[in-house]
Amino acid sequence: MANSKVSQDTGDLVLNRVSKFYGDFCAVDDLSLTVPDGSFFALLGPSGCGKTTTLRMIAGLEEPSQGTIHIGDNDITTQKPYRRNVNTVFQNYALFPHLTIFENIAFGLRRRGIKDVKTEVENALNLVELGHLAERKPGQLSGGQQQRIAVARAIVNRPEVLLLDEPLGALDLKLRRQMQIELKRIQMEVGITFIHVTHDQEEAMTMADTIAVMNQGKIEQMGSATELYEAPKTAFVANFLGQCNLIKAKVQSRAAGKAVVTAKGHTFEVPLSRVSTDSDSVLLGVRPEKLRLDDQGINSIKDCVVTDRSFVGTSTQYLVRTPWDLELVVFEQNDEGLHDLHVGDKVSLEWDAEHTFALDGAQDINAGADLEDEE
Amino acid sequence: MTTLSAPPMPSFTHRASRWISRNLIRIYAGVAFVYLFIPVAYTFAFSFNDSGKSNLVWQGFTLDNWKNPCGAPQVCSAVANSIQIGVLSTVIATILGTMIAFALGRHKFRGRTSTNLLIFLPMATPEVVLGASLLAMFLNLGVNPGFWTIVISHVMFCISFVVVTVKARIASLDPRLEQAAMDLYANEKDTFRYVTLPLVMPGIAGAALLAFSLSFDDFIITNFNSGIETTFPKFVYVSAARGIPAEANVIGSAMFFIALFIVVIGQVVARQRKKS
Repeated sequence: MANSKVSQDTGDLVLNRVSKFYGDFCAVDDLSLTVPDGSFFALLGPSGCGKTTTLRMIAGLEEPSQGTIHIGDNDITTQKPYRRNVNTVFQNYALFPHLTIFENIAFGLRRRGIKDVKTEVENALNLVELGHLAERKPGQLSGGQQQRIAVARAIVNRPEVLLLDEPLGALDLKLRRQMQIELKRIQMEVGITFIHVTHDQEEAMTMADTIAVMNQGKIEQMGSATELYEAPKTAFVANFLGQCNLIKAKVQSRAAGKAVVTAKGHTFEVPLSRVSTDSDSVLLGVRPEKLRLDDQGINSIKDCVVTDRSFVGTSTQYLVRTPWDLELVVFEQNDEGLHDLHVGDKVSLEWDAEHTFALDGAQDINAGADLEDEE
Repeated sequence: MTTLSAPPMPSFTHRASRWISRNLIRIYAGVAFVYLFIPVAYTFAFSFNDSGKSNLVWQGFTLDNWKNPCGAPQVCSAVANSIQIGVLSTVIATILGTMIAFALGRHKFRGRTSTNLLIFLPMATPEVVLGASLLAMFLNLGVNPGFWTIVISHVMFCISFVVVTVKARIASLDPRLEQAAMDLYANEKDTFRYVTLPLVMPGIAGAALLAFSLSFDDFIITNFNSGIETTFPKFVYVSAARGIPAEANVIGSAMFFIALFIVVIGQVVARQRKKS
């Protein structure tokens, strides 16, 4: 039967200029992407950004309107889902309710004509530590257990690429944390390429080696969690991953490895390597935990006022209003040197030049903010 | 000990009305069940009537009717006919109806909405009209009414019920299960065989049971299109004129107990499956 498809010459997954249209609506827009063999890759974005459509095209459940998809040298663009060596962990697991857990996991093996499935199914069950549930039906399992069975059912086939469609979305927070670690462990053990689709930035940052942030059918930026967080290239990425302070500013000079910019009469410095635009109008960015309530540094704003304060355990979060009425977020670690300020107190803000980045000023300053909690 | 006065005894009417209000739902349920089952109980009781010719008046207890249910002329041949017609119509209507249900539930095609509507029409049409029209049609085509015209008419009115029942089941089926099967190396045929069909099967089985009971039970349409062929309902109707034999009660009661038995077995099996 479909035995021939299990080729072991796996390779990188390559999407080349892939687009998907539904009528006039463009769900995925000229997307090119290379996922290295054996990596844990995350497609991160708000709902409707095209990440699930991309995943379904890789699975073969949707056909691209344009472009090609390859695994290694193998063109799978129009291949039927059951002919490609790709398996999916569906959002709500999609376990077969009429089959036992054992038969659910054996399903793929049996369809490929493998006679002796027992050892492989048992190994897969042990990998997710649920060997004792083999004879149950999916309806008798908890959400977390079903999730792990869905992973086992996909992994038992040793696919070249494993796709995970919001796999932890239905679990509560504690279980989600636990499964994040679990999935990471499984990926290390089996060494299969994992492509994980999620709208949860924290989940993506915890698990993935490489994250592609998607917005409106395009990839905004791709890189490691640290790269995306510390040096975002667009306002969308800056706002979507964690919180970010953005200030509209003008570039005055670029020399000696740094750019000097001004905003409302204040002068700031940014390393040129962290300026991602040639335009003179920029958005100056700095993460809340990089701001200090002092006035020693090169980049500083004096005469600010605390407008809100909330204690969140590991840190205290302040909202601080600048003299020109812009509100900035400041996280201060709860250790010695705590300022313990209150609403109405006067403060100064300062931060290091190397923690500053500058983005193209033509963007919407709020792009990607307040999106992460959708769905 | 007169300092402590006992609480006054509530009056009898007060207690009675409290008891009634507390047990009202039970009383209502009891009355409803009595109402539903009196005809069945009557039928069952009179299956033991030593009736002779007419089974209208109680004439004494006997087991003869149960020992020899085929005793009355034509009873058993009528039942056999009904079963044959029922099985044949059920099989044909279930296969055709299931296929229609899949087409309507799974595919978009020109005229789907109107097909959906047309499927409902036979259920809404009065049976007398259907029966009379079918007879007129058969006569115009030069077909003699008999066994096969009954089967054809039964298939016709059963299909709608099968389509509606199976379609509801298909609609409740999560399309992701089929996608998951395709993702797990099952081609279209295997996906249907190992995932879609088993999941829709309870709907199909329910539809088949419904079709069989509709066919077995039908009198009006059958009466128009049966010619000299006799079915069980027709036999009962015809013999009502000169007295229904007690054997008919035996058959009716037996049908009731068989159905009851099947339901109980189903419940027990389902409960045990849940436990294990």
